[in-house]
Formats: sequence, structure tokens, C-alpha cells
Amino acid sequence: MTVRARVTVYPRPEILDPQGKAIAGALGRLGFDRVLDVRAGKSFEIELAEGSGSVEEELGQISEKLLANTLIEDYSVELLESESA
Amino acid sequence: MKCGVVVFPGSNCDHDVYHVLKHSLGQDVHFLWHGDSSVRDCELVVLPGGFSYGDYLRAGAMAVHSPIMAAVRQLADNGGRVLGVCNGFQILLEAGMLGGAMRRNQSLRFECRDAFLRVERSDLPFTSGYRSGQVLRMPIAHAEGCYIDTEEALDKLEHNGRVVFRYVDSEGGAAEGEQAAKWNVNGSARAIAGVCNEAGNVLGMMPHPERCADKLFGNDDGLAVLASAVGVAADLEGVLA
Repeated sequence: MTVRARVTVYPRPEILDPQGKAIAGALGRLGFDRVLDVRAGKSFEIELAEGSGSVEEELGQISEKLLANTLIEDYSVELLESESA
Repeated sequence: MKCGVVVFPGSNCDHDVYHVLKHSLGQDVHFLWHGDSSVRDCELVVLPGGFSYGDYLRAGAMAVHSPIMAAVRQLADNGGRVLGVCNGFQILLEAGMLGGAMRRNQSLRFECRDAFLRVERSDLPFTSGYRSGQVLRMPIAHAEGCYIDTEEALDKLEHNGRVVFRYVDSEGGAAEGEQAAKWNVNGSARAIAGVCNEAGNVLGMMPHPERCADKLFGNDDGLAVLASAVGVAADLEGVLA
């Protein structure tokens, strides 16, 4: 059995996101007038072997240690469906 | 002084730093591979510019977990000198050795041009060859150099005198107002270009002193950073502007 999860990382709301701003600007120029704001982040799909410890806890550590810089980014962890080997 | 220049996969200013330390300043320099777990008997270690690990994830994020970084951290804890330039600065931030973080440049562009810096402190091992308030011209070349931290942390940084270099206009005036983006090349908070740790033995800076360290390059404003770091700045009196 393996466990699949998705970690999503976004710049924190109080941090200016120039990438998202540029994308929002481009969408406006393409005529998508309803777009008010865009925030650009990163998404990671992670496959883990079934183990003894808590998967959520491990994914939290993975996010804090490497995937996100928590000074400027927030992360969220989402478990996807498990698959039998 | 025994000096080490760390080579990460993707470092590209390592040979420039090596050249200045060895040939301009006559020091005993060695390259240190990122996979090494010791900095040997180096008293100064330089983390050079470049794109370590292709800047994957975030600039500097992967390099922090290289075996050499534990030894670099230990050297810093023991009072040894550590200088991070450009990507090296980003690595020191990701390692939590200086505080703060880098965001993409406000312009969203890779900025590659000369910047003007004001020396805010000349009492550090890295700046003893300068006068406080001296204005330097130094090249910058990066996409993620917008230094940020919380307002509270920035206040503390300033209060503790840890801002070493600040982007200014060509006359040394504050990079503010309409022309702010021209002088504060990446939009850094409070125009911060370089910071040191509490003890003053670790310095991170975005501009490249090694790229302006010889009259032959057309600019030697940066030589005194490396000369100071190896303790020979005083010998260069008269050579340095």
C-alpha cells in the first residue's frame, strides 16, 4: 500500500505576489474582466510508503523543512486516495 | 589566510572568487565540494553566486541540505568567517543563518546591471577596508533578490546594526520616491543589499564584489570586501580608492 498526498504552497496573503499580479494583469488584457486577483503557488504530489507514524505529521515536517519557506509561504496538505501496490 | 570556496552543482562565480582571493590577494585558497562534510582548516568560507541545484523549489533551498552546509554552520558558530554572495546570500537565508527571505524582484525581471551601495558599517571583518557611508558601485545579477522580513524583524535588524549595505542613488542618497526602482534594483525592504549576523562574522550580500575587484575589470570597488575578509585591507591602502 502507498499513500498519495498533495502539498500546496502559496505566498502568504500579506506578501506581495508579483507573479500572481502579472498573471492577473495578463488575464485582464485577454478580456477576462471578472478576474480580480490571482495568487501563484506550487503544488507537489507525493507518494509515501505505508509506515508506522502519522502520514500527516510527516508531510507537515516535509513541508516545513523543505517545500515551504514559512516566513513567506503557507502550505496545506491534502491526502489523496490510497493505492494498493 | 586559508580560504575555501564552496562549489555546488550550478555555482558559477566560484572561479571568480577563487581568482581574486588567490591571484589578487595572494591567499591560500581551495575549492570545497558541496558533498564534503568538512571545511578543513579554512578560516574563511565563501558561498559563491550561481544557480545551485538550478534554483529548484526556491533559490538556495536545496543547497542548504548539502553535507558541506553543516560544516559551514559549525565554522560560523565557532567564529569563522562566512561570506555569501548572491546565491550564497540566498543559501544563508534559507539556512536560517541571517533571518529574512528572498522574493522575486519587484520588476519580475532578471536584473543585471550596476547598483550603488552605501557602506552602513565599516567595523566588520568584511568591511574594514571601507569608510562608513562610502558609496560603492557593484554589479548585481539575479531574479530573486527582493529581501523581506516582518516589519518587527526589520526594525530589530536595523536596531542591531545588522544592515551592512544598502542600495542608494549614485550620490549616496536614499533610494526613494519616483526613482526608487532605478536604484533599489530588486525592491528590497528598506533597500537592504547586505546583512550580517549578530556576531558580525557571517555576511550575505546580493551584489558581486568579486566581479569588480580589479582595475582591469574597470571597477575595483568590491576588492576591499574580500581583502577585509582575509585581513589584508590595510596593505592595500593607496591601491583602494
